[in-house]
Amino acid sequence: MNHDVLLTLGYIAASVLFILSLRGLSSQETARKGNVYGMIGMAIAMAATLLHGAVSFYAFLIPAAAAGAVVGAFLAVRVAMTAMPELVALLHSFVGAAAVLVGMASYLGAGEHDAVHLVEVYIDIFIGAITFTGSIIAFLKLRGTLGGRPLLLPARHLLNLAMLVGSIALAVPFVGGEGDAGLVPMLVMTGIAGLLGIHMVMAIGGADMPVVVSLLNSYSGWTAAAAGFMLGNDLLIVTGALVGSSGAILSVIMCRAMNRSIWNVVFSGFGAAPPKKKSTEGEPQLEVQEIDVVGTVSELMAAKEVIIVPGYGMAVARAQHAVRDLTNLLRENGTNVRFGIHPVAGRLPGHMNVLLAEANIPYDIVLEMDELNDDFPETDVVLVIGANDIVNPAAQTDETSTIYGMPVLEVWNAKRTVMMKRGRAAGYAGIDNPLFYLENTRMLFGDAKATVDGLVTELRQQTQAEAA
Amino acid sequence: MKVGIPKEIVADERRVAGTPKTTKKLVGMGFEVMIEAGAGRAADYPDEAYTAVGATIVPDAKTLYGECDVVVKVEAPTPEEVPLMRKGLVLISFIYPKRSAALMDLLAAQGVTTLAMDMVPRITRAQKLDALSSMANIAGYRAIVEAANEYGSFFPSQFTAAGKVDPAKVLVIGAGVAGLASIAAARGLGAVVRAFDTRAAVKDEVKSLGAEFLEVELEEEGEGKGGYAKVMSKEFIEAEMALFRAQAPELDVVVTTALVPGTKAPILWDKTMVELMKPGSVIVDLAASQGGNCELTKAGEVVVHNGVKIIGYTDLASRMATTASQLYATNCVHLLDDMGKAADFKVDLEDVVVRTSMVTHEGEVTYPPPAIPEPTPKAKPLAPPPKEKAAPVAKGPSPFRWVMPFIGLGLVAAWLVLLILEKTQGGGGAIAAVKDPAREFVQHLTVFILAVFIGWQVVWNVTPALHTPLMSVTNAISGIIIVGGIIEGGRSGELTAPVILGIVAALVATINIAGGFLVTQRMLKMFRKG
Repeated sequence: MNHDVLLTLGYIAASVLFILSLRGLSSQETARKGNVYGMIGMAIAMAATLLHGAVSFYAFLIPAAAAGAVVGAFLAVRVAMTAMPELVALLHSFVGAAAVLVGMASYLGAGEHDAVHLVEVYIDIFIGAITFTGSIIAFLKLRGTLGGRPLLLPARHLLNLAMLVGSIALAVPFVGGEGDAGLVPMLVMTGIAGLLGIHMVMAIGGADMPVVVSLLNSYSGWTAAAAGFMLGNDLLIVTGALVGSSGAILSVIMCRAMNRSIWNVVFSGFGAAPPKKKSTEGEPQLEVQEIDVVGTVSELMAAKEVIIVPGYGMAVARAQHAVRDLTNLLRENGTNVRFGIHPVAGRLPGHMNVLLAEANIPYDIVLEMDELNDDFPETDVVLVIGANDIVNPAAQTDETSTIYGMPVLEVWNAKRTVMMKRGRAAGYAGIDNPLFYLENTRMLFGDAKATVDGLVTELRQQTQAEAA
Repeated sequence: MKVGIPKEIVADERRVAGTPKTTKKLVGMGFEVMIEAGAGRAADYPDEAYTAVGATIVPDAKTLYGECDVVVKVEAPTPEEVPLMRKGLVLISFIYPKRSAALMDLLAAQGVTTLAMDMVPRITRAQKLDALSSMANIAGYRAIVEAANEYGSFFPSQFTAAGKVDPAKVLVIGAGVAGLASIAAARGLGAVVRAFDTRAAVKDEVKSLGAEFLEVELEEEGEGKGGYAKVMSKEFIEAEMALFRAQAPELDVVVTTALVPGTKAPILWDKTMVELMKPGSVIVDLAASQGGNCELTKAGEVVVHNGVKIIGYTDLASRMATTASQLYATNCVHLLDDMGKAADFKVDLEDVVVRTSMVTHEGEVTYPPPAIPEPTPKAKPLAPPPKEKAAPVAKGPSPFRWVMPFIGLGLVAAWLVLLILEKTQGGGGAIAAVKDPAREFVQHLTVFILAVFIGWQVVWNVTPALHTPLMSVTNAISGIIIVGGIIEGGRSGELTAPVILGIVAALVATINIAGGFLVTQRMLKMFRKG
């Protein structure tokens, strides 16, 4: 009894600390404190569980946990900020795996089964397996091991439905089975759920990854909550629910930022290469206007207001440090430089903010889309670095466009927009971003890192020349 | 549509509400323009200049008020002018409704629709109509000119063969439109300029003009309604007075501009401060018409106290009648433009600018206007967006729209589970047997739903810039599944299958915990403020 009281108190403390931890993230000033709250909460939760009377066998448990901690710390210290999306996806898969393992252990460990417990075990394993394999696929896709192109099997909706129905059907022999007779249906279901996870994420295109990662984040929470039901553990339920809603909110935010529904993202296979090519015949071949590094620098030097819009291209080229140098030079020059961040820029919610923070760019000049979208008309130069869809005016004008209705950064209202794009070859055909052809748009072709480095060198020389 | 410009009859008023330039614009908009003979003379606009751009000269005010549909003037009409106006006339003028109740009653009784130029709301869209700012700008400049005229020395510092002359030290109190104009003018003449304002927001503007921004060591935000300063606390005012007293002995010129239109001006420069100043110093009080910021100010006069000259002119803008007329008339032209030019001229009560500035209409006094939302941020786009756009991304709407389905699903699930249990356990008699797991389940469900609520509320507050750290920290927190691993893996002293599974689960979960928290910490350390 005494043990249970201690355990419950510890769990309440941990729950409160976890809530405070999420609350802390509401602003940059309190965020670090929030993270510390989370750590303390976790420490309390683990200690309370370890010291509980029912837990007595530490010989393998402690070394296993210690080994896990070392691996985790190693991952955390080594990961490059550009690789954050992969790490996050990988960590999700661990939660899924742990949930599956705990579910099986709970099934095998309990002497007698009541139906409620069995259903809970079943649900826990089901969600856990989907989270596990789905996250692994997301990890591989983000890492580039698997292509970003969605795998669109014929009749894939039917396939998903069949797997879902099959999983539910297997619940009958599992719950009804005497003794360990449920083991086989359980393992089969685990396999099916794993396949379902693989298939669902395989069918999603690279550009939709922020939504998928958020969704998996949500799943990992629901998994933990399901485990809590299974084990009758309120702490797991509370924590799982917190994480689950957090991931759900992120998914909602990401979807809204693309003007699409969750269903559309998960089931439509969008986010591939442009789904339809506009027929070019009969239409006049539109010409883009190019600009070189020297030209861009003289535009920048004359500008008073500059907005930089970074996209995934900046992350891929790891150009954030060069962008920082550029920003500092411009600011020394008396130019007001700000950053405009679209909610789905990058492959992870908030990805751009982290990269810019890594490059030591102060967060108070890094603004959200809504904060500066009205300011573009007063902006002299907009530098778009490796972003495309999020600055596409077709989202507002072209009703046939697949991204019509998606909120975008209205860079075309600026006096000058410089689009930095990797390759010109890829740029000419296939893309239907009318921005490229606008009168006040200039294209600056080349690798983002190399180009920004070039801008920095040139700008430095010109400022020195001017000072001399 | 006939627009009339009368001659101003108030003493010392040299401005006129229409110039040849603006008349030309009105004619271009399709208006027929009538000018009272001699209306522009005091502002150096002869009648011929008006006829040259297509206006008609009418001999007297009576004809003008009787024939025109719209009359534009500068000063509020006198009780003698009102009876000349015909019913249905639209009058555009300064009114100062707070001290003109009787006048408004007269105008309403006369059936005149009156638009007060001094009531135009301070919103972005109406900036081009903001006559108060136009006039304040002129008054601020002129204040320095008048001060320089009365001041017995140079404004800039001079190095002459006969020795060095120190620059004049100027303090400008209140950095609104007038204050900023004074600062710029004084800097332009080469004086050393300091400025004080209760609104910290104007600090940068003051500095950008090359003046020093004085501050009291007390934090209080003075930004009030419509960009005007608000009334400050007693402590703040005391600190402010102490600052002024410390400054007074070294100052040569003080310009006070603390004024909220229509209210009595606060006393900021009392007699003791005047007496602390050197003889020959000059004070210009831009609030003279409303009691003055200086205790000794007399409206319309120059008072000398202990050798300090206190200028209380109330007609500073009128002293630059040519330009003042041009700017004021342009503001009025913009208003007529907004109201639909000659062809579609309309007093549109739906238009926030028209409604706010209107003080009489169809026999009624319509002052004060309904409040416009505070604080007035950016003007709404005039045309509705082509399509209902997705709601702004950040702070979400009522979370309940999203939570309700979850709750619904949870309850349905609970009900289903109970139903299945009842069926499998057979008959009502088994309720006692199923009671425990079911009740437990419902308890857990309660906890679950409450936690979803809390999570939903808390996470909407997370700033989008921190979404990646949010994911990694929730990642770490979802490593709480380790608790399950510990429970299963620590259960007995033998390595049975469930124990092994539990231990592996604990291993995997700790990777998550350590990795998630540490990487979050690493990321958060990088965020810094500029």
